[in-house]
Amino acid sequence: MTAPLLEIVGLKKHFEIRKGILGRVSAKVYAVDGVSFHIDPGETLGLVGESGCGKSTVGKSILKLVEPTAGTIRLGGTAIENLSRNAMRPHRRDMQVVFQDPYSSLSPRLTAGDIVAEPLTNFGLATGKAARDRTAWLFEKVGLRADQMARYPHEFSGGQRQRLGIARALALQPKLIVADEPVSALDVSVQAQVVNLLMDLQAEFGLSYLFVAHDLAVVEHISHRVAVMYLGKIVEIADRRTIFAQPLHPYTQALLSAAPTPDPRARKTRIVLSGDVPSPINPPSGCRFHTRCPVAEARCRTLEPPILEIAPGHQVACHLHTHATN
Amino acid sequence: MTLTLVAPATSAQTTGKRRPWWKRHLSIVIGGLLLALMVAIAVAAPLLGTVDPAALSPIRRLRMPSEQYWFGTDALGRDVYSRVVYGARASLFVGFAVALLAVLAGLLFGLLAGFNRWIDAILMRIMDGLMSIPSVLLAIALMALTRASLENVIAAIAIAEIPRVTRLVRSVVLSLREQPFVEAAIAVGTSTPLILWRHILPNTIAPLIVQATYIAASAIITEAILSFIGAGLPPSIPTWGNIIAEGRAIFQVRPHLILIPAGFLSITVLAINLLGDGMRDALDPRLARQL
Repeated sequence: MTAPLLEIVGLKKHFEIRKGILGRVSAKVYAVDGVSFHIDPGETLGLVGESGCGKSTVGKSILKLVEPTAGTIRLGGTAIENLSRNAMRPHRRDMQVVFQDPYSSLSPRLTAGDIVAEPLTNFGLATGKAARDRTAWLFEKVGLRADQMARYPHEFSGGQRQRLGIARALALQPKLIVADEPVSALDVSVQAQVVNLLMDLQAEFGLSYLFVAHDLAVVEHISHRVAVMYLGKIVEIADRRTIFAQPLHPYTQALLSAAPTPDPRARKTRIVLSGDVPSPINPPSGCRFHTRCPVAEARCRTLEPPILEIAPGHQVACHLHTHATN
Repeated sequence: MTLTLVAPATSAQTTGKRRPWWKRHLSIVIGGLLLALMVAIAVAAPLLGTVDPAALSPIRRLRMPSEQYWFGTDALGRDVYSRVVYGARASLFVGFAVALLAVLAGLLFGLLAGFNRWIDAILMRIMDGLMSIPSVLLAIALMALTRASLENVIAAIAIAEIPRVTRLVRSVVLSLREQPFVEAAIAVGTSTPLILWRHILPNTIAPLIVQATYIAASAIITEAILSFIGAGLPPSIPTWGNIIAEGRAIFQVRPHLILIPAGFLSITVLAINLLGDGMRDALDPRLARQL
């Protein structure tokens, strides 16, 4: 078994809400509250959940765009969670990001070529002619033409802009790309192209992806393994086939049953959850899902279920399943 | 049904011939031409048939406008035409210098405040304090502390304008630094000074240029107010403000002594404001709206 490329253990990010001129902490948002997983080289981990469950915050914490409150983040064996912004710089070569919004993630006043070349010049990998050649090569790798380098971002379509974002992420030849809902802002027809581009690049460069999304169809297409998040915690992780065929956690089951199927005659029992997602400022006691869980028991209200491996590679945090195996 | 009715109209709008540049930005053209005229008058003052604006001639005082004295003479017999033309120099110089100074200082303070929480906390409280004093009053107070001179007037007015620019730049920086493209720059390893230079600064230019025109216009008015109440430039330098002040005593018999310099003042301020409005619309409308 190879060593994981990325390993995070007990990651927490609590945002403090400050009030008054003295900046007293009046409340905390438990955006990410103890998340652990790993990503192997060349693997795609899909991270799914409702909006506000903390999946984007996980991505940003790994990239150190937000400072994690607790937990360890190991990238290629090095702990990076406590590194300062400057100490972090060399590690950025191994880890890049593609953002959700292809409009606001590109500087409006730089040319497309300058945007893609920025990481190259930052690390002194190429300058002048060499940088231009490398940028042209990157443009072609993501399906853009080299003669579009002099254009500005607003002259590109949404899908093309996302390709620019991918080219920028590829420039440093990273091992891991955190893709934060990279296709959810795009038209469905363009989504497929961008997802296929990401998969082609993975095959060519052996990239690993942390693919954050809420669209289950896309996640099923691209991921090797899938992690499901609810209110700052992972409730279930398994390989793609297992999670889509035999979801164990009641939340995963509800999430999957809500996804539309292309076959109009398919009859599935749809599990409709009652109520709203509780606030991450004041998460429920015990199992965080118990307020909406159709099969909650008394112990779910008081006792928090640990996440346990119930089959090789299949982890679930639910009393119904973990107690059965104990 | 509605779709078929609407579609041809919108396509005609987009495919139709665009109006020429000068028609779309008429206020830039008019404001720019008027301002250029004023600048030309100020620069070419000695060539415009003027005499020494400070030359006294008590025997010819309070003449009505005539062929020899286009705008008449004032109570000390000085040629008002020459004084008004030379007055354009002081007004425009003060306006441009204050705008430049206030924008540069405000840009520096705004960038610092937008990127450092401690500097922000201290600097913005000072700016709040400065802004709680009306700018004219602040300029008067500053002038009362110093000697009447061109530099002091410029400094006094600029200090009163700096908080406004600082706030503008800070607000733009605060909204920009949360933008994904700044996070992307951090992720690709761009250093903080380079992020400020390459990603933040270019996006502050458009709102700053617009703000600079408004500052220039308001500085010209403030200079005139200071000169009018005797707290501005020394009387030896003709400015529209002190020409108006000197004409005030005999306003009822020689109204043109006030109306002519006031007219020049109004046209200059109008020209700069037209230019600023036009530029706000012409430069990146998305950013201009943040003003």
